[in-house]
Amino acid sequence: MTVRVMIFKRFERFWHWSQALLILVLLISGFEIHGSYDLLGFEDAVTTHRTAAWSLVTLWIFAIFWHFTTGEWKQYIPTLKKVDAMVRYYLLGIFIRAPHPFRQTMLKKHNPLQRLAYLFLWVVISPMIWLTGWAYLFYAKWDDWGLDQYLALEQVAFFHALAAFMMLVFLIAHLYLITTGRTVMAHMKAMITGREEIDPDAEEE
Amino acid sequence: MKLSYIQRIAGAVLGYCSLLLLMAAFSGTSYAVSTADHTRFKELQQDFKSGPEVTRACIKCHTEAAKQIHKTNHWTWEFLNPDNKQRLGKRNILNNFCITPQSNFAYCTACHIGYGWKDETFDFTSEESVDCLVCHDSTGTYSKPPGKAGHPKDTVDLKHVAQQVDKTSRDTCGACHFFGGGGNGVKHGDMDDSLAVPERELDVHMDAVGEDFTCATCHRHVEHDVAGSRYTPEAAHSEDYHIHRKQFEEENNAHCRACHGNKPHKKVDKSRLNNHAKKIACQTCHIPRIARGGVATRVTWDWSTAGKLDESGNPLQQRVDGNLVYHGKRGTFTYAANVEPEYIWFNGEVRYLLLNEKAVVNEDGYVPINDFGGSPDDGKSRIWPVKVFRGVQPYDPVMGTLVVPHTTGLNEDAYWKNFDWEKAITAGMLSAGQPFSGKVDFIKTQMSWPINHMVAPAEDAVGCDECHSKNGRLKDIEGIYIPSRDASVRLDTAGWFITLLTLVGVLMHGFGRIVSNLWSKR
Repeated sequence: MTVRVMIFKRFERFWHWSQALLILVLLISGFEIHGSYDLLGFEDAVTTHRTAAWSLVTLWIFAIFWHFTTGEWKQYIPTLKKVDAMVRYYLLGIFIRAPHPFRQTMLKKHNPLQRLAYLFLWVVISPMIWLTGWAYLFYAKWDDWGLDQYLALEQVAFFHALAAFMMLVFLIAHLYLITTGRTVMAHMKAMITGREEIDPDAEEE
Repeated sequence: MKLSYIQRIAGAVLGYCSLLLLMAAFSGTSYAVSTADHTRFKELQQDFKSGPEVTRACIKCHTEAAKQIHKTNHWTWEFLNPDNKQRLGKRNILNNFCITPQSNFAYCTACHIGYGWKDETFDFTSEESVDCLVCHDSTGTYSKPPGKAGHPKDTVDLKHVAQQVDKTSRDTCGACHFFGGGGNGVKHGDMDDSLAVPERELDVHMDAVGEDFTCATCHRHVEHDVAGSRYTPEAAHSEDYHIHRKQFEEENNAHCRACHGNKPHKKVDKSRLNNHAKKIACQTCHIPRIARGGVATRVTWDWSTAGKLDESGNPLQQRVDGNLVYHGKRGTFTYAANVEPEYIWFNGEVRYLLLNEKAVVNEDGYVPINDFGGSPDDGKSRIWPVKVFRGVQPYDPVMGTLVVPHTTGLNEDAYWKNFDWEKAITAGMLSAGQPFSGKVDFIKTQMSWPINHMVAPAEDAVGCDECHSKNGRLKDIEGIYIPSRDASVRLDTAGWFITLLTLVGVLMHGFGRIVSNLWSKR
């Protein structure tokens, strides 16, 4: 017996989907600026990339505010408990229809492996992409700010692209892992409607 | 759409008239009209027999003019480079076009602003030898043919020309500078007679129905000394505006920043380009191609093939598309029109190969006759467009130097008379006071010419992706990171490999789930 419970609030869904769109735009325009292919033309790719970047910054200001006022930031506190169980589940259990070792609740919407992945995203990939991204955006000011003696565009570009590759890998894994819910489309539906079907009888871990 | 010549002139006249009207409306007076009507001057009411006679009349009123001219490069054809102390100027250097005026003065001084420079005996202190008319003619009828040591054609009505003098114009400067290298557009690539009445697309400043700049609008003068030098050009400028070149002001102000300042890109979405200007000369983006006015510029000149005569014993001449591709007196040429320049790091330091110096071949197999200094790291270089002119010219294999051939004239030694290199070079080197072994060989040479003119409208500037791409215009420029050109190959290899691995991984995992699902349903 399951019930449908609101897991992702309206702002959270808005944040998720607009961020998803912006990240997609940033990846596509970013790898063009990087020189991987020719799509929009360099100038339009740069304009698109900058617009999307500033949009994402704005979105993040709201998202950070939301996370702290609602206490949702706690969702990303890492735990190593049951990480091994999650790994075992993805490597084996999922193929033999073993029960999912994690029960989603309002208070704990991410499984332990997810928490670690998101933590890595927020602590490693994001800072790397933002710091290098801002350095890139303000390249024209390096002289005035005295940064030109510490920074070289080549290194900034390298780490920005490195973070972008990590983001791309994250995106692929993420897109696949959302199919591993109760049904293939379950997580997807949850992020659209906000409601996930949850077994209320399951023990709180 | 191309306007016809007549339409353009009509447009220019209309534009000029409306400009006059506008100026009159705003100021009550018109700047363009002089306060002196030279037709009414008694000194000019005479039938002048020669150029110097006209000059004598001019300097009766303009008492300092000739003395001022005497101090300028236009007069001395000599320039002492203050940085490396090289003695340069047209009378000293060699090039790979007509090679040198030395031993050929009577012919080459058709483009000297004086009368009578036919050999070393020319008196550089003579005031009446200054040619006022060649720069101040407004009639378009004044001309100086080669071979007369700078004296005008006999058919020129000197009285008419003298009475109609005016400020310099694109035509007067162009009479020599459009034809450098011995023909229209031959030498520079960014200067030819299409700039006499240019359209906006060709030169946004000189646009005959628009801004209508003359050469002197940028090349301002102090006491007849005109700003701008290709011997000591300024490759990077740190100062901001200084439009008004004042007396005793040493610096050359014939550059973009004199008017546009340090941050010329005002629109928010273009402001990033101001930063580009720290590494890139304005010309690099704003002169997208050279020889854009319909006149091809010469790009190679091979003297070694000269000497072929036709059946009647005259020098053979061949033309392709109107361009001279072979001349028995000069050799073989090739041309390019509407062509991208080459790009180099340039800091303004120019070193010439002088006649007494050994010719050294560079890694491309050419002797650089001028060598442009510059590097990405010296803090004073920017990326500049240059026209590189490549040639094959006579040299002395024993002495290892380039040589002065006596080409012009009707005497027995002149190459254009008897087509004998040994005789021509013996005479030329004797005249230049340099040793010659008697042996003649040919060697490949190159010269670089900084590109400054034919500035296109902003909308026609070089687009971002013409440099921000793998095989773009700056593909050979080293020392800077150009996004889209210089991505780390190792990062890309590793990055795409891991991306692919992840993709394969999730696909296999998904496939496993499908299989296990089907299996359990069985």
